[in-house]
Amino acid sequence: MIPGSYFFILSVILFILGVIAFFVKRDLITQFLSIEVMLNAGNLAFIAFARALNSLHGQVIVFFIITVAAAEAAVGLAIILLIFRQKKTIKSEDMNLMKG
Amino acid sequence: MAHFLFFLLAIVCVGAVVGMIFSRNQAYNALLLVLAFAALGGIFGLLSAPFIAVVQIIIYAGAIMVLFIFVIMMINLREGIPPEKKKWTIYLSAVLAFILIVELILAARGSFQALTGPGGEEIASPKALGKLLFTEYLYPFEITSILIIAALVGAIILVKKKEEE
Amino acid sequence: MTEIFWLIPFLPLLSSFILAIFGRTLPKKYISFQACLAVFASFIISVISFFGLLKISQESYPLIKSLFTWIASGSFTINFSLQFDPLSAVMAMVVSGVGFIIHVYSVGYMDKDKGYSRYFTYLNLFTFAMLLLVMSSNIVLMFVGWEGVGLCSYLLIGFWFEKDSAANAGKKAFIVTRIGDLGFLLGIFFIFVHIGSAEFTAINQAISGGAVTQGLATLIALLLFMGAVGKSAQIPLYVWLPDAMEGPTPVSALIHAATMVTAGVYMVCRMNLLYTLSGTAALVVGVIGAVTAVYAATMALTQNDIKRVLAYSTISQIGYMFIGCGVGAYSAGMFHLYTHAFFKSLLFLSAGSVMHALSGELDMRKMGGLRKYLPFTYPAFLIGAIAIAGVPFLSGFFSKDAILTQAFANKQYFIWILGVLGAILTAFYMFRLIFLTFQGEERLEPEAKEHLHESPPVMTIPLGILAFFSIIAGFIGVPAVFGEKLNWFNKFLEPVMRPGHEVHLSIQTEWLLIIISVAVALFGIYLAYIFYIKKPQTPHQLNAKFPYVYKLLYNKYYVDEIYNAVFVKPVVRGSEIVYDNFDLKVIDGAVNGSASVTGLSGKILSYLQTGLIKDYALVFLFGVILFLGYLLF
Repeated sequence: MIPGSYFFILSVILFILGVIAFFVKRDLITQFLSIEVMLNAGNLAFIAFARALNSLHGQVIVFFIITVAAAEAAVGLAIILLIFRQKKTIKSEDMNLMKG
Repeated sequence: MAHFLFFLLAIVCVGAVVGMIFSRNQAYNALLLVLAFAALGGIFGLLSAPFIAVVQIIIYAGAIMVLFIFVIMMINLREGIPPEKKKWTIYLSAVLAFILIVELILAARGSFQALTGPGGEEIASPKALGKLLFTEYLYPFEITSILIIAALVGAIILVKKKEEE
Repeated sequence: MTEIFWLIPFLPLLSSFILAIFGRTLPKKYISFQACLAVFASFIISVISFFGLLKISQESYPLIKSLFTWIASGSFTINFSLQFDPLSAVMAMVVSGVGFIIHVYSVGYMDKDKGYSRYFTYLNLFTFAMLLLVMSSNIVLMFVGWEGVGLCSYLLIGFWFEKDSAANAGKKAFIVTRIGDLGFLLGIFFIFVHIGSAEFTAINQAISGGAVTQGLATLIALLLFMGAVGKSAQIPLYVWLPDAMEGPTPVSALIHAATMVTAGVYMVCRMNLLYTLSGTAALVVGVIGAVTAVYAATMALTQNDIKRVLAYSTISQIGYMFIGCGVGAYSAGMFHLYTHAFFKSLLFLSAGSVMHALSGELDMRKMGGLRKYLPFTYPAFLIGAIAIAGVPFLSGFFSKDAILTQAFANKQYFIWILGVLGAILTAFYMFRLIFLTFQGEERLEPEAKEHLHESPPVMTIPLGILAFFSIIAGFIGVPAVFGEKLNWFNKFLEPVMRPGHEVHLSIQTEWLLIIISVAVALFGIYLAYIFYIKKPQTPHQLNAKFPYVYKLLYNKYYVDEIYNAVFVKPVVRGSEIVYDNFDLKVIDGAVNGSASVTGLSGKILSYLQTGLIKDYALVFLFGVILFLGYLLF
């Protein structure tokens, strides 16, 4: 039996890697990918707790997170595509229309 | 055996994400993440959540990542984008990330005891999960379907080329 | 049927609302129909209620209809309630009746005007405000009507606001009457404080019950009278009325005859117990009335503008009404108000008809000999002039005689002499007007003569109706010498105005007074005949002899100039100084300063707004760390 803390530590590591990737990478698509990594880290934590607490509710939440992630990916990618069509770039530092 | 499988999958998963950080090619990035998410699916299996494990592999590693790869192909940048130039925000984010690690571990420490507890012997069957989804979580479930329809329509409207263009 | 009396003011209001909202899209015919119908319906209801009032016993006066509670604050409440008693009945019938005739006349007079629907909206609203004023059962609601009349007079005098003079005249009317309203408002406050209720019945009870001391009564009465002085254009606040001629002529008729200026007289009559209690206040009212009556009449002597002469004559006639009130003969004052409404509106509408015929000419020096061109307007005007001059058996004779008799009977000989003097002057200037306009040689401008025409029937028929009433209206208040029982008007008003001071003279004295009245009227007319028909050079000779007197009168005693120099100029100068120093520097500075502070801080804060998602994510991360740290420690 693998202790639940292992999974939790893995989840923390994945989350931090996602954060780091978000700040290091400069194109929108990879940054978007890093967000997915962070989401999955969260999923892992949920499932780990679900097992530890012997409850199915954590799994249900993960199920919902996955569906929402799918919706989010569809819309997010559409927006990225639109930006690329108009500005011919997906570098995130080129997106500064909102600069005050 | 289970420990071995866990460490193998964990190393694959972390390695793939680290690879993504260092790779400049977005297509590779996406493929590495497919690997990472598949490995994560395996880990879900180890956590006695077979249904979620399958969903993870089919939807995440399958559908969503394929969507990413489609978009990457449509955008088709020849040259990869070099990593961030040395900028003070990079250092600041590194410091903040470190603090976050410390905080998360501190936060987890208290619940380690609970997490090492004995529970979770029985396998959460897809049948039980399904029952829960269609009884207690019926409304959220239906609302998610509306959300997905909205996202679908929204994505199509956004990307559709306008007639006059 | 009498219970529905509370509808009287609201019909014109309803019509005014409809016209205000839909007026632009409605056809002209409908607009005029609706506006006239609303006022006519009010008039019919007034008459029905009046007959209802005759049937019930005097003990149940006044009828009160409380519509809803308007202000409620602690123990102090004011109801939106209307009342109907003989005084209100007379006023309501005069206002709606004469108002209706003026509405009909306006249909013809304003036919070509582009502000047609706006005009009738205001006219209806004016009628509403005046009806509310005369029918409210408490002094606060009366004040609402009082201010409403002021507002409508402003709107209507400045009706042709594209003209500078019209806009200024409107402002002048509004501001000058506002000075008087200040006193009126203060009077209301004193009534609150010392009597504790605003209802007329309660006020009257308090006064007759001896709860009000004489000093307090004097104070309140004088403050209220200040409002009346402004509204009714008495010395020293009369200056707005002559300028009010800038509005359309039917409006002048409405202001002078039915609404607005009579409000002051009505108010004094309504509060008659207060004025009876305070002898000083009554004396002030009488003296101001008498002085105004003569003073305004002298100014009317030299004016060449046909409407201005009529305006000064109104001021003078209102002075007579105040004489009546001042000597305690309130019903005589009301009687004059009632007859005056007919002949003054007749005169104004006839003057409007003359203007209409001469394409807007107002200067009498450019008229003359119009008798043969205006076969209908001339007799109408003549009847009005005879009535106002006080020739026997027309309405003006009875009412003016009643006032003068009462003044004499109460031993106010000084007031009586002024009144008689005013009567001579009145007869003189009215017939000067007649002779210059309709008789003598023609002095018309050639182009005006080309368009010369009698007015359409929609204008002449109202003249006929008013002329008829100008002749017969006086017979309901026949003096005592012709029979004790004949003064029906007095008796009708008795429940409201308990005759305190009415002293009965011997028959001989009364005959003497009547003969004097008749004599002075005829003398005035004869004088005018000599001056302007028999020896037309006389006025010029007099001018040559007394150039300063003529100049003084012609320039209206320079009162406008004096007011300008003493009151208007300093206020304007002071306002300019305040504007330059306070408005521009302090207020504008504060406003601009706060704007620039906001702008500056926005500029500084906008550096945080880099537009780069990474920076936002960094801030977000920082927030997450803080939040987590808070949960941990």
